[in-house]
Amino acid sequence: MQSGSTQLRVGRQRVMQALETVCDPEVPVLTILDLGIVRSIENVEDIWQIDITPTYSGCPAMNMIEANIRLTLDARGIKNYRINTVLEPAWTTDWMSEAGRKKLKEYGIAPPQASPHQFKLFGDQQLLECPRCESTNTECISQFGSTSCKALYRCLDCKEPFDYFKCH
Amino acid sequence: MSDSKKKYILHLADNALILGHRLSEWCGHGPVLEQDIAMSNIALDLIGQARNWYQLRARLDEADITEDDLAYLRDIRQYRNLLLLEQENQDFAYTVVRQFLWDSYHHALLSDLMDSSDQDLRAVAQKSFKEVQYHLKWSSEWMIRLGDGTEISHQKMQTALNDLWYYADECFVSSEYEEELVKNNVITDPSILAKAVKKMREEIIQRATLDFPEEVYAQRGGKEGIHTEQMGYILADLQYMQRTYPNAKW
Repeated sequence: MQSGSTQLRVGRQRVMQALETVCDPEVPVLTILDLGIVRSIENVEDIWQIDITPTYSGCPAMNMIEANIRLTLDARGIKNYRINTVLEPAWTTDWMSEAGRKKLKEYGIAPPQASPHQFKLFGDQQLLECPRCESTNTECISQFGSTSCKALYRCLDCKEPFDYFKCH
Repeated sequence: MSDSKKKYILHLADNALILGHRLSEWCGHGPVLEQDIAMSNIALDLIGQARNWYQLRARLDEADITEDDLAYLRDIRQYRNLLLLEQENQDFAYTVVRQFLWDSYHHALLSDLMDSSDQDLRAVAQKSFKEVQYHLKWSSEWMIRLGDGTEISHQKMQTALNDLWYYADECFVSSEYEEELVKNNVITDPSILAKAVKKMREEIIQRATLDFPEEVYAQRGGKEGIHTEQMGYILADLQYMQRTYPNAKW
């Protein structure tokens, strides 16, 4: 007989292992754990309460991410779970894992820099490294890119355009 | 109090939905690709924010309603958005000026709501605020770039600013439901927010080398459901599908 706490630990591990395989549909190299979307996993009266938080309010990937979590858990026979969406505290790129940042760079997207403490309207453009040639001689083309979370940049040395996962 | 809170949440939701809809009309028609993408992104943020507000409002309702009922099945007099936000896109100059007038207020409003004593308002405000910082950067930059640009761009911006000025200050005039929430220390009186917002607007308008418009009577009514003629056209477009095929899903 397993003790209650061992059972819980094993159960929790199974849920974690399942969630580790769920990726962001827009940035498929990142898992939802890398992104910091999963906020907590608690067992309350035999039900796994999985709290997730959206990256951007209008991010269309969120519906798909939730559906993929369900598919993955169901496929692994984990039945007693509930997914809650929480808004507070608001998601920040500071929650992205180191592994996630590394994977982003390898994928060709400049990873987010630390959030600035104070909002400045102008002149706070950060020195960004080109994910391809690592030159910092880069410039912002637009703060808005192909998805909510990305900005458009270009490298002035290797001349390649690249995406920046903007800090949030 | 709870009735005022419900009305106020609708006001916030409708603001985001209606401007989000207006900006989405630019999709595929932007002056350059990057700005087409920027406006669609801002539209997406706003529609996401509208969903968060509508979902919250639906949760507070006695009846079993959803966010879609609120967005698609209300009539014009039940919409509480600001008149500024329903004004037509006209051209890029109008769109930029409308966005800047709104962002300057929206930014200050959310920054204040983030510290509200009401947890519901606080949560959505915190989430939205980060996005609106980028909106304000975008619209301020374009105000300056076009205002302090060529003779033609300057003139177009000045015309847009003068025309939209009638709708610039409606946000500062409290509705009854706002007054009640102010009394209960849930929100700050909009006329108090006005000081910082006006200062910021002045600063950017000056940097954009535009003339500050003369003081005009602030058109109002949106917060209470009295709209300009533009609003009917938006709703016709927005609600057509649900009205024609009730409960259609895809």
